[in-house]
Parts: sequence; structure tokens; C-alpha cells
Amino acid sequence: MAARGPGRVSVLLPTYNERDNLPLVVWLLARTFSDSGIDFEIIIIDDGSPDGTQEVAQQLEKIYGSDKILLRPRAKKLGLGTAYIHGMKYATGDFIVIMDADLSHHPKFIPEFIRKQKEGNFDIVSGTRYKGNGGVYGWDLKRKLISRGANFLTQVLLRPGASDLTGSFRLYRKEVLQKLMEKCVSKGYVFQMEMIVRARQLGFTVGEVPISFVDRVYGESKLGGNEIVSFLKGLLTLFATT
Amino acid sequence: MTKLAQWLCGLALLGSAWAALALAPPGLQPPGPLRQALLPLPVYLLVAFGCYSLATVGYRLATFNDCEEAAAELQEQIRAARADLRRRGLRLGAE
Ligand SMILES: Nc1nc2c(ncn2[C@@H]2O[C@H](COP(=O)(O)OP(=O)(O)OP(=O)(O)O)[C@@H](O)[C@H]2O)c(=O)[nH]1
Ligand SMILES: [Mg+2]
Repeated sequence: MAARGPGRVSVLLPTYNERDNLPLVVWLLARTFSDSGIDFEIIIIDDGSPDGTQEVAQQLEKIYGSDKILLRPRAKKLGLGTAYIHGMKYATGDFIVIMDADLSHHPKFIPEFIRKQKEGNFDIVSGTRYKGNGGVYGWDLKRKLISRGANFLTQVLLRPGASDLTGSFRLYRKEVLQKLMEKCVSKGYVFQMEMIVRARQLGFTVGEVPISFVDRVYGESKLGGNEIVSFLKGLLTLFATT
Repeated sequence: MTKLAQWLCGLALLGSAWAALALAPPGLQPPGPLRQALLPLPVYLLVAFGCYSLATVGYRLATFNDCEEAAAELQEQIRAARADLRRRGLRLGAE
């Protein structure tokens, strides 16, 4: 096989009950990459979704080919953090994009991430809802207030040098992601925060691209309940330990 | 040094500087009006920081972009994607 070009991107798509969203996000990804001439692969990590996500994934594998769509399922719901670690083992790209499969993160931003990466030779490019043209759709005032308040508190306490710590739409250099995964221990939103904080500690550079976050159209959110409490706990832990 | 330690250091530094000036023995005290301003300074700073926080969060809340166009564009693309995927033989659930 010919040596792989320098620009291959591996997209990690963790899914749990995303039957309706998965084909749409894969379609958008494939179109975006072929329009911009970027070599890509999509790694789908499904945690045994009971809604038939895997069956849809298999159909997508047939349509797009097993070199573009890699199915790397796990037997049961083991959480998001380990899903990334699992998927990363199979990634062959030089760059890895992590994004949600629920259509909140639009693939159209990936070429912008890549442009940004080249521009500053960044180790990480993070999507941000809090800067420039970035923003959200489908959030009520209360959710916006919590988001803004939490972001402000995080900025004051951690001074992380990046404006969106809880977002999970990012591009990483592969070695950088591997190293960060080894270091990060938190769960949920805090995991995304810890990734950036540790990255800064290790001297990695972070570029930012404004993104629009559109609240999920299909299916339901998996993070729920005491989100705020665990966010605060995680924030204080990072404050005291990093 | 952890962020917590940085904060504690900063606070200790400012706090001791303030205490040294404000609570110095009578002979070494700064002149009267300055001392008058110095005593309530920590409270002023705290209130100022609170106001700054509220104003910042309020302003950012008010200027949080609503991505109407992005949502509309996505709806359009979802329709196109569904049609194209059906054509390629994918069995999709109901709308
Ligand atoms: N493999 C795997 N994927 C998961 C798991 N939990 C969540 N996901 C996926 O991770 C992504 C993000 O999860 P969401 O439920 O959308 O969480 P969120 O984006 O913080 O919440 P919303 O803002 O309500 O969408 C989605 O693509 C989910 O399908 C899990 O345990 N295993
Ligand atoms: Mg989501």
C-alpha cells in the first residue's frame, strides 16, 4: 500500500442511541471531506446501543466502504472517555477529530480547524461557542446563563488560555491526543476541561475556531441529573491539583 | 504550583501589604486621609470584583449568538442527506 499522505484525518464518533443522527452526520462528514479533498476515515464507537445504531452503522459501512467507515463497537455502555481511547487505537490519521454524533457539531468546521492548524502549526484546535461568530441554537435563557456563568468561573479560576473548555469539538495531533489521554482521569464535561488544562501544562499549543452549536434535533441527551454538581466538583479538583 | 496555590500566594501578598500599611504602629502609619482610604479597601475590591463578574456574565449572556441560520441550514442539509441516503439504499426511520 502506498504511504499515506500527510493530511489524513481520523474522526472519532462515539455513539449511544444515535440511530437517527449517525447517518446524517456521516453523510455530512463524507461530503465535507470530499468537497475539500481531505483524506479521512470515520471510526464509529458504539456502546451496544439498544436502538439499532449499530445496524445503521453497518449499512453506512456498506455504502461508504470499510476503508472510510470503521466500526469498532463495544459490548456495553462504558462511557465517553474510554470510548475515545478505544477508538484512538484504530486511528491511522495524523490528526484526530473528536466530535459528538448528535449533529450539534457540524462537519463544515473541520476544514476550518485544519486551516487553523496549518496557520499556527497548533497541536490542538478547539471549537469555541464563546468567541467571534460562535454561538448556540436551541438553548433557553437559563441554559445560556449557566453556560456563561460556568465559563466565567472556569476562566477566573483556571486561566486556561482557551475560551471553550467544556466543548468537545476539537482537532488533535495524534501523538498529542495519545499523551493527553494517558494523563486525563476525569469524566464527562470535566474530561474535556482537563484535556485543555493538561495540554497547556505540557506546553502544547491551542488554536481556536468559532463554531455554532445546534442543540440535538433527534434523540436525547445522555448527560443529565447532577451535571452542575459534578462540573463544580471537577472544576475545584482541577483548581486544587493543576 | 497549582492554581489554588497561586491564588493563596497572591492573596497572602496583597493581604500582608494591606495589613502592614493599615495596621502599622502609630508612628509608622501613612498620613490620615490615605489611611482612611486604605482601611475599607479589601471590601471595595471585593465589591468591584463582584460587579465586574456580574457585568461580564450579563453582557456575554445578552450577546450570546443565536445561530438561527446554522440551524436552518442544518435542516436543509438533513433533508438532502435523507434523500441521498435513501437513494443509496439506506433504510431510514420515519421523519
Ligand atoms: N460510545 C459511547 N458514546 C456515548 C456515551 N455517552 C454519550 N455518547 C455519545 O457522545 C456524544 C455526546 O453525548 P450527548 O448525550 O450528546 O452529550 P452532550 O452533547 O453533552 O449533551 P446534549 O447537549 O444534551 O446533546 C453523542 O454522540 C453520544 O451518542 C457512551 O457511554 N458511550
Ligand atoms: Mg450533544
